[in-house]
Amino acid sequence: MSSTVKDIQDEIIEEFSMLDSDMEMTISYIMELGEQLPEMDESLKTEQNIVKGCQSKVWLNATLNDGIIDFQADSNTAITKGLVSLLIRIVSGRSPQEIVDIDFYFIDKIGLNRFIGTQRSNGLGAMMKQIKLYGLAFSTLV
Amino acid sequence: MATLEKHKIDIDKVRAEFPILDQKVNGKQLVYFDNAATNQKPQRVIDALVHHYQTDNANIHRGIHTLAERSTTAFEETRKVIQVFINANEAEEIIFTKGTSESINLVASSWGRKFLNTGDEVIISALEHHSNIVPWQMICEERGAVLKVMPINEKGEIILEKVDELLSEKTKMVALNHASNSLGTINPVKEIIKKAHAAGAKVLIDGAQATSHLPVDVQDLDADFYAFSAHKMYGPTGLGVLYGKRILLEKMPPYQGGGEMIKEVSFEKTTYNDIPYKFEAGTPDIANVIAFKEAIHFINELGKANIAAYEDGLLTYATARLKEIDSVRLIGEAANKVGVISFEVEGIHHFDLGMWMDAKGVAVRTGHHCTQPLMDFYCIEGTVRASFSVYNTLEEVDIFISALKSIIERFNK
Repeated sequence: MSSTVKDIQDEIIEEFSMLDSDMEMTISYIMELGEQLPEMDESLKTEQNIVKGCQSKVWLNATLNDGIIDFQADSNTAITKGLVSLLIRIVSGRSPQEIVDIDFYFIDKIGLNRFIGTQRSNGLGAMMKQIKLYGLAFSTLV
Repeated sequence: MATLEKHKIDIDKVRAEFPILDQKVNGKQLVYFDNAATNQKPQRVIDALVHHYQTDNANIHRGIHTLAERSTTAFEETRKVIQVFINANEAEEIIFTKGTSESINLVASSWGRKFLNTGDEVIISALEHHSNIVPWQMICEERGAVLKVMPINEKGEIILEKVDELLSEKTKMVALNHASNSLGTINPVKEIIKKAHAAGAKVLIDGAQATSHLPVDVQDLDADFYAFSAHKMYGPTGLGVLYGKRILLEKMPPYQGGGEMIKEVSFEKTTYNDIPYKFEAGTPDIANVIAFKEAIHFINELGKANIAAYEDGLLTYATARLKEIDSVRLIGEAANKVGVISFEVEGIHHFDLGMWMDAKGVAVRTGHHCTQPLMDFYCIEGTVRASFSVYNTLEEVDIFISALKSIIERFNK
């Protein structure tokens, strides 16, 4: 078995610790991660797949293949796209049960709550909820 | 480096009154350009709050003990200071609310329920904040009235000829802002009030963005209602004012029931108190009202004309510097503006710009600024908005411009 959810979250925490809480370096790094996010097929960017934030949009789609969920996502803002890519790195290729059980603790640890927490702005909180809902829905199929 | 002329603001002295400005955020000196959302509070406002709680705190109006007397006197003094500040005919025409939104809701609900009927029309402008749209939509729906919109031109100015076309004997209320929160446009409210009155309509002015920048004389304007918020004029949050002409306020039913607003209560019948108390149910925001007086003193001491001249200088300089950048598109270029600049940058989402600005210590607002219909007019989702107060400086504008330039470079690399 490859890396667990915990392994990847710990890896991300390690990566961000090198940025030394410097906000500009952090944002820059998040944007670079966004640039590496596999492109989402335009046909999947439907109204139905929008997870809407106040200021930025996120598209999220999921498919179940052989008991494994594959997520595709994108955002219309560079920073949110980077954050989306972090989530995708953690959740893609997992079983529905693993998704249901996920605790996204890395967000607290790398000081990203301000990107997600109380601000209604970027739809990332809604995206995490939607990921879990996909997990729950698919868990009834496997 | 540009300099500002034609004002008498001692900027070092002004800034010394705002302790919050002297700090670093994300390791950078704070540049606070989100003043249209709320501006910062001078030390004297903070001191007044502390002083009230340390020495005078008591509930007002009903108490017969010394602290109650002190609190009541201080509270009512603010009402008189506001009366003079906006040149209302009498202090009883000043009603304390939670903010501009509540002031507008009060009028829409109380006046609207009594005076709006099926087929009547309410006219707002395309520049309005949701706070001056939604309360009217709600009451129009309830009363079977129709909501109409004064259109604007590409610069973000109300098209006055269209106002004439919209006004008719069906028009019962015209509600618009004195200055736009999204674009900064100063609206010709005196002229529109005159037109509306000629058609037999009443007028409510949303003054949230005007009171700390522009002279406001409600009698000269002949406004029927004028609403504004303390926190956008160096005062405390959670407090607003509704000015209304006595003749109208007296005819309006209470907005909320409770203590303070009654004369006699029995289970069969309640008689209501006189204005302004009829509209101030429950214990008001005593400490904030008392501290608000200091904010108005702060504005009066500097002088509105000085403040306006100073902020105009910042606006002109910042606008010119933004125009140097090719990928910047200014949204709203009205001839008359308060210190608000909205813009977008080609190829960069406003959310990304706002986050980057914050990382560089510059606080700006991004998004639709609670004016979605206005954003639709310009076919955009939102803007970046920089807005100025009297404590901002040209050096801060320079920091803002270099931050913006370096962010644009980062995106183009």
